[in-house]
Amino acid sequence: MQFIKPDININFIGKRTLAFIFSIVMVLISIGSLVLHGGPNLGIDFQGGTLIQVKFPAPVTIKDIKTGLNSVGLGQSSVQQFGELHDNEYLIRTDGSVMTTEGFSIDVQKALDAETGSQAEIRRVEMVGPQVGQDLREKALFAMFYALLFITIYISGRFEFKWLLSGVVAVALIGAVYLFTLFHVSIPFLIVAALIVTIILFWFLELKYAMGAIVALIHDVTITVGLFSIFDKEFTLAIIAALLTIIGYSLNDTIIVFDRIRENLRKYHKNPLEVVLNRSINETLSRTILTSATTLIVVVALFVLGGGIIHDFAFALIVGIAVGTYSSIFVASPILLAWQGKQIKKNR
Amino acid sequence: MKNISWKLFLVIAVVIAAIVYIIPTLKPEIWPHKKINLGLDLQGGMHLVLEVDTEKAVESTAERISQEIREQLRQQHLRNVSVTRIEGSRISAQVKTDENVDKFKELLDDDFRDLRKISEKTADGTYSIVLGMTDADRDHIKKLAVDQALETIRNRIDQFGVAEPDIRRQGDNRILIQLPGIKDTQRAKDLIGKTALLEFKLVDDTASVDAALKGDVPPGREILYRVEENPETKRVTKTPFLLKKRTLLDGSYLTDARVQIDSQFNEPYVTIDFDKKGARIFERITADNVNSRLAIVLDNNVYSAPVIQEKIAGGKARITGRFTTEEARDLAIVLRAGALPAPVNVLEERTVGPSLGSDSIRKGLLSMLIGGLLVVGFMIIYYKMAGLIADLALALNIVLIGAGLASFQATLTLPGIAGIILTIGMAVDANVIIFERIREELTLGRTPRAALDAGYDRATLTILDANVTTLIAAVVLFQFGTGPVKGFAVTLSLGVIASLFTSLILSRLIFDYLLMYRQTKTLSI
Repeated sequence: MQFIKPDININFIGKRTLAFIFSIVMVLISIGSLVLHGGPNLGIDFQGGTLIQVKFPAPVTIKDIKTGLNSVGLGQSSVQQFGELHDNEYLIRTDGSVMTTEGFSIDVQKALDAETGSQAEIRRVEMVGPQVGQDLREKALFAMFYALLFITIYISGRFEFKWLLSGVVAVALIGAVYLFTLFHVSIPFLIVAALIVTIILFWFLELKYAMGAIVALIHDVTITVGLFSIFDKEFTLAIIAALLTIIGYSLNDTIIVFDRIRENLRKYHKNPLEVVLNRSINETLSRTILTSATTLIVVVALFVLGGGIIHDFAFALIVGIAVGTYSSIFVASPILLAWQGKQIKKNR
Repeated sequence: MKNISWKLFLVIAVVIAAIVYIIPTLKPEIWPHKKINLGLDLQGGMHLVLEVDTEKAVESTAERISQEIREQLRQQHLRNVSVTRIEGSRISAQVKTDENVDKFKELLDDDFRDLRKISEKTADGTYSIVLGMTDADRDHIKKLAVDQALETIRNRIDQFGVAEPDIRRQGDNRILIQLPGIKDTQRAKDLIGKTALLEFKLVDDTASVDAALKGDVPPGREILYRVEENPETKRVTKTPFLLKKRTLLDGSYLTDARVQIDSQFNEPYVTIDFDKKGARIFERITADNVNSRLAIVLDNNVYSAPVIQEKIAGGKARITGRFTTEEARDLAIVLRAGALPAPVNVLEERTVGPSLGSDSIRKGLLSMLIGGLLVVGFMIIYYKMAGLIADLALALNIVLIGAGLASFQATLTLPGIAGIILTIGMAVDANVIIFERIREELTLGRTPRAALDAGYDRATLTILDANVTTLIAAVVLFQFGTGPVKGFAVTLSLGVIASLFTSLILSRLIFDYLLMYRQTKTLSI
């Protein structure tokens, strides 16, 4: 059986302007949403706070829960339906970490029982102090940063077979980051700065494939983060894990297309680059679609059946895999053409 | 062929090893060995991060030193010297009479050489000096406090009885506690967090409590309360006591604490035994203060203040108070395990109830099953025989992840299950790359044998490349991750490695076998 015939020839590269506009719009919407919401919606992992998951045997109203919480001084909490409707589960969130010692959960349970006339079961309590929240935030950002650093080194070395250059890139990047840390800049800024330095280095060292890969990466992560912001979903530790996985996965797709481009460039070096690119994308199209499909199948299964706790994690993966597949076709490869313009200008 | 035989040997060895490792988890009665650890989010339990308030440990050391200085002054009959602890951990002393100044300085030089002089001055015939501890001393006290807190908490949890607790130091002054499967989390938390500083202090019956409550507390005295809750009415009563500040005896001399039941009122109480030195001190206190009241103070709460009827020898005392049996038992545990050298604060708490944990396992496995079946079905429909081989590789892949978890004693968490699910999707990825390549080669008109070889040869490097990036992400994640996220990194890494093995070695082996021994002329792909 075959969905995609071997002789398929879609002109992907020809649609690159359209794709470019689409990507830019998506990225702008993402950044816009982030700016509007005042940054990502951080969960208690990164911000500190208390989260309580309660389950009731019978339906209750959110209003009753709130009244109950009010009596134990948690009136400011947000209450939200959690999981399936028939589960009667709710998430209670408070800003700032309430001291959870001294009979806290017992008090909450009693208050909820009294107000809703139902037996509340406290299934999960998570309390993160502000200090720990800040620690985790830094740790998460550093993880993103290191993942980017190592992957940058790997792709610049592996794609171009220029390990020396990749060493240069790594040293320059670490140097630049060290310089920035001297000025005590915040970590998000540090990451952005490191990315800009990376892109500039790739541009001047003419590490084309590495450039394509890193731009696709930034594209994927930005859009995933943006969609999270648009749907007002929370950033937790698990979401960071999902983002890192997306980084790995998106590259995976990109690498396979690039490998074929490299192979075809040797084979058909007389053809213009655009034709070779298109040919390579088409040749690997079947594989790209299929592997994304199998991965999407399982992640959607996880999204639908995995339960509330893993829901957002699965959502991030679905978005990331979909965007990652798109970007390896429409973003990563057209970037290789960017140097063509440069080349022509030089030759003139 | 030689090539096949060593691969076959490798595959058989790996499969046997995997089965040996995974059996204890599935059927412990056959082969009881290391099982796969379930994370707290799957089996329920409590994760706590505590911070030891080490500054308080330094302060209490300073308090003890100033008490020692006062004691020395008393023994040497140096009067008109006041010694107090100020600003946390500094000690200030004022000497009013001239002739005592030299003697006082001598005393400091002889017995308190470790104290650092911060400032001294003489004004209006009064010599004042402020002393502090050296930074090295402070660091040492802090380190010791965390060590001791760790040890004490470990003792308490051991006595409380939790299966496989994980208690370790985290950073400078934090303690990470993981208590799997614990149900009564509130009680465990109270038990862990209690400082349990037991002190014996005399009640000052000469001054008026009412006057002291209005703010007129005589020097060297303090007001502490007895807090009691009536079990029926839930009314809380607070009774004030005016106590002499000086601690006559504390819990550090304790050798044992046990729960007893009062036969008359059928109320539980805790008996405590002192060691020899403690017994001697207790005997002296009771002998010197017959007819006074002796308050038993735990963490600045007065538990009882009985009148001393006579000298008590033998080093035994009892703590009463309207305890429930559980409270009495927990009190005995914390007293036996000793006091925390400094208060601890809960910085992070994550508690998962057992029902939520089993729900998560059920849902995780269900999505794994459904997702897996869909992929397996898809592969067979799309690639026929080759799809079946890929499915076989996939099945072994999952077994390998399980075996890897068991052999490395890694922890399986809910994101970890998600990692396995993701691996199911990604493991067929490698096979898809190979199969697509083989199909391409076949359409170019090659023989099955040549197409197979070319497909594997060309795809191998690509597959390695593609997986290395995922592995990089997983390793970084493992380094920074905590608990559940770490579980994800582990299963993802194991999955990547396992899928390399199954796609590049196992499925190749099966193809080779089919082509060589079964003389298959066409590839069903």
